[in-house]
Amino acid sequence: MFKILNNTLRTGIVTIGYPDAPAVVSERFRGAPQFDFERWRDARAAAEACPTEAISIVESDNSRRVTVDYGLCIFCGQCAEANTDGAIQITRQFELATNERRDLVLTGEYSLNSDGSHNQLKDVQRGLAAPEGNIERLEQKVSERINQVLGGSLAIREVDAGSCNGCELEISALSNPIYDLERLGIHFVASPRHADMLLVTGPVTRNMELALWKTYQATADPKVVVAVGACGISGGIFGRNYATVGGVNEVVPVDVYIPGCPPRPEALLYGILLAVGRFKQNQSPTSRPEMNSVAQASQPQKGGGE
Amino acid sequence: MTQFGSYALEVPEPLEASPDPWAAESGREIYLDLSDSNIPPVAAYLIRRFSARLAAVFAEDRCAQEGRFYNYYVFEHPADPRYLLVRAPIPAASPVFPSLAAPIPAVNWQEREIQDWFGLTAKGHPNPRRVALHDNWPDVHPMRKDFAIETVLPPFVGIQHVYRPTLGEGVFQIPVGPVHAGIIEPGHFNFAVAGEPILYLQLRMFYTHKAIEKRFEQLPLSRGVFLAESISGDSSFSHGVAFCQAIETAAGVVIPRLAQRMRTVLLELERVYNHVADIGAIATDVGFVVANAHASRLREMIFSLNEDLTGNRLLRGMVCPGGVRRDWNRDQIENLPRTLLTFERECKELMAIIESSDSTRDRLERTGILSPDKARDLGIVGVAGRASGVDRDVRRDHPYAAYDGMSVTAPVYQEGDVLRRVMVRADEITESLRLIRAIELSSGEFRVPLPPLPADRCALSAVEGWRGEILHWIRTGSQNRLERCKIKDPSLNNWPGLVEAVQGNIVPDFPVINKSFNLSYSGTDR
Repeated sequence: MFKILNNTLRTGIVTIGYPDAPAVVSERFRGAPQFDFERWRDARAAAEACPTEAISIVESDNSRRVTVDYGLCIFCGQCAEANTDGAIQITRQFELATNERRDLVLTGEYSLNSDGSHNQLKDVQRGLAAPEGNIERLEQKVSERINQVLGGSLAIREVDAGSCNGCELEISALSNPIYDLERLGIHFVASPRHADMLLVTGPVTRNMELALWKTYQATADPKVVVAVGACGISGGIFGRNYATVGGVNEVVPVDVYIPGCPPRPEALLYGILLAVGRFKQNQSPTSRPEMNSVAQASQPQKGGGE
Repeated sequence: MTQFGSYALEVPEPLEASPDPWAAESGREIYLDLSDSNIPPVAAYLIRRFSARLAAVFAEDRCAQEGRFYNYYVFEHPADPRYLLVRAPIPAASPVFPSLAAPIPAVNWQEREIQDWFGLTAKGHPNPRRVALHDNWPDVHPMRKDFAIETVLPPFVGIQHVYRPTLGEGVFQIPVGPVHAGIIEPGHFNFAVAGEPILYLQLRMFYTHKAIEKRFEQLPLSRGVFLAESISGDSSFSHGVAFCQAIETAAGVVIPRLAQRMRTVLLELERVYNHVADIGAIATDVGFVVANAHASRLREMIFSLNEDLTGNRLLRGMVCPGGVRRDWNRDQIENLPRTLLTFERECKELMAIIESSDSTRDRLERTGILSPDKARDLGIVGVAGRASGVDRDVRRDHPYAAYDGMSVTAPVYQEGDVLRRVMVRADEITESLRLIRAIELSSGEFRVPLPPLPADRCALSAVEGWRGEILHWIRTGSQNRLERCKIKDPSLNNWPGLVEAVQGNIVPDFPVINKSFNLSYSGTDR
């Protein structure tokens, strides 16, 4: 007993300050790739290198539409390696969660040179090419209501709807002494009946489709659903096939999307707090300019798609 | 008598001249063609004569090219670094093969998988019910080449699982899952209990089946490694390495020594972070949460190290066919032993805390016993195997990466209870740290380019993941694609071991017994 106490005292407090203090992230952490559409000379190499087709190109009449979907991105860094003009930079950005699926999508329109490289950037938009299949949210501003009703506290039921278990490792890390979710009034519960939030990982398999739907039905209103990771958002590298139906929003309405493969615990925390309206999208809790760089780059430059 | 590596075989028929490219000799595996009727006697002989283990059984659809299927039987024994692959043709016109499940229970699930995925009948299987496809699936065989991966199946009808009845006075059934109470993967457990003790446990897995093997046939080779990293999240690096090794063997590429060493360091870090987390989780399941607080903190220490070395906490995006994607600078190389020193000291303190707790030992000792006999018959591998007297370790028996000449010591216990599965983990952490320290890191070449892959090359790759033996077998296709990629996660071997270990234990001990195996659902279901 004395040994245990002694050990505990010697260890001291290890809990991080995030979200009140900036996250301490390794220099080498591979976060979101940032795209400089103005400078990008040729998207083909990056599109070819991307394992999940998060970067895709459609060509017609001497023009090319390049779509970047953070909801498919697994943060492998292949695009930045394959791209030679420096237009793609790997950042340490992880606060990427959004309320809308389409906010994770960027689209650039280029006219082309005869060799297929980009001639001129015609337009950059955010959210234009929203993937199909989103279930419309019936209850608007659920998050505000949740925050009102619950006064900031939150009970989460985690549902693995078919994941590789990578996201589960990071979700369970939220309960360890480093991240200590409970200091924010948030805890994981064993039953959907006790939950305010479903934190769902994917891809949703055909075998888990019904179980996910039943779990959603068993959760009391008001409730929020958070889709975790590339696979939870879009089906990720598995895509859709005979055994999977793709992202969580193919089965239940989703309020917040957290990109990552898997999202690091701070990224999960950001998404969870966003879902309950503790702060707004694109507003970094740590107000570090670096952390907002992707969000800024993805602001519509012309016209805007929203 | 014909000599095949260390295997002296009386081959009951003239050997089919293995036509190139099938015979592609890599020096890592031996191939042998037999007719299917000879499989049972040859398997029995190999097991009796060499204490060989039937590590995997899988099928391949070659109907389009050769008008038949093939079954592959993968054998190994510790005295020969090579795996022996016995291949038997199965004509498309009569898709039946003789079952080995009665004499070799280790292949029970794997043969039933072949039935489900390929529609080949395992003749004489003692329990031929579906295992991979749930009972409400239509009559399809998704791994056949004429089944398109995009096929949209009609809505499932009927009962998802039909369980064997467990009847008797005072016998109850407790259904659990697929959505469990904790943050774990989905699967369904059906307990039959009389009072507290568990009489019989029926498992239904494959809830997370996501067509991974078929998906490998679709993806360009360069993308395959990322899919391999998503087979089982906590074994990302091991599966990534297993996949890359298979590609490298097929391509005839030898990767730089530095890359092999770096892979070895990262493979051991993966083992360490999982083992320490499991020790903590097992302590939690017997109510000793302080130990878990320390253990999960220690796992974070390794996660940070992983991130420093690879840019990802789970070691993703580092391994690639031909080596590794980036090398380490001096800071990174110097930081490694420094962090591990702190880790080792704290890990020892953690084990001292656990060992000083009599109540913890009381709960772990003689709980969830898997006897050595059963473990051997069921083909249990890895941590669970070594805790039950199965002295096998791929690193030592079939060296890869930088393990050749490193003399890996594998801890082996005979008692087979939860406590021994904890002790195997604790011993292996110490051994892993020793191995990492023994590896010399420097700068230099860490990646070689991969030539375009010739079609129809076969290659087997084995890695001792932290759970146990991971196998990847590939056949290359044209245009840099794979014709077939078979994945065998150690979990697939070990689930039946859990079923045996829980019998007679009380229901409240199930979580700790389950955690002591800590098997991957996603790795099993693929």
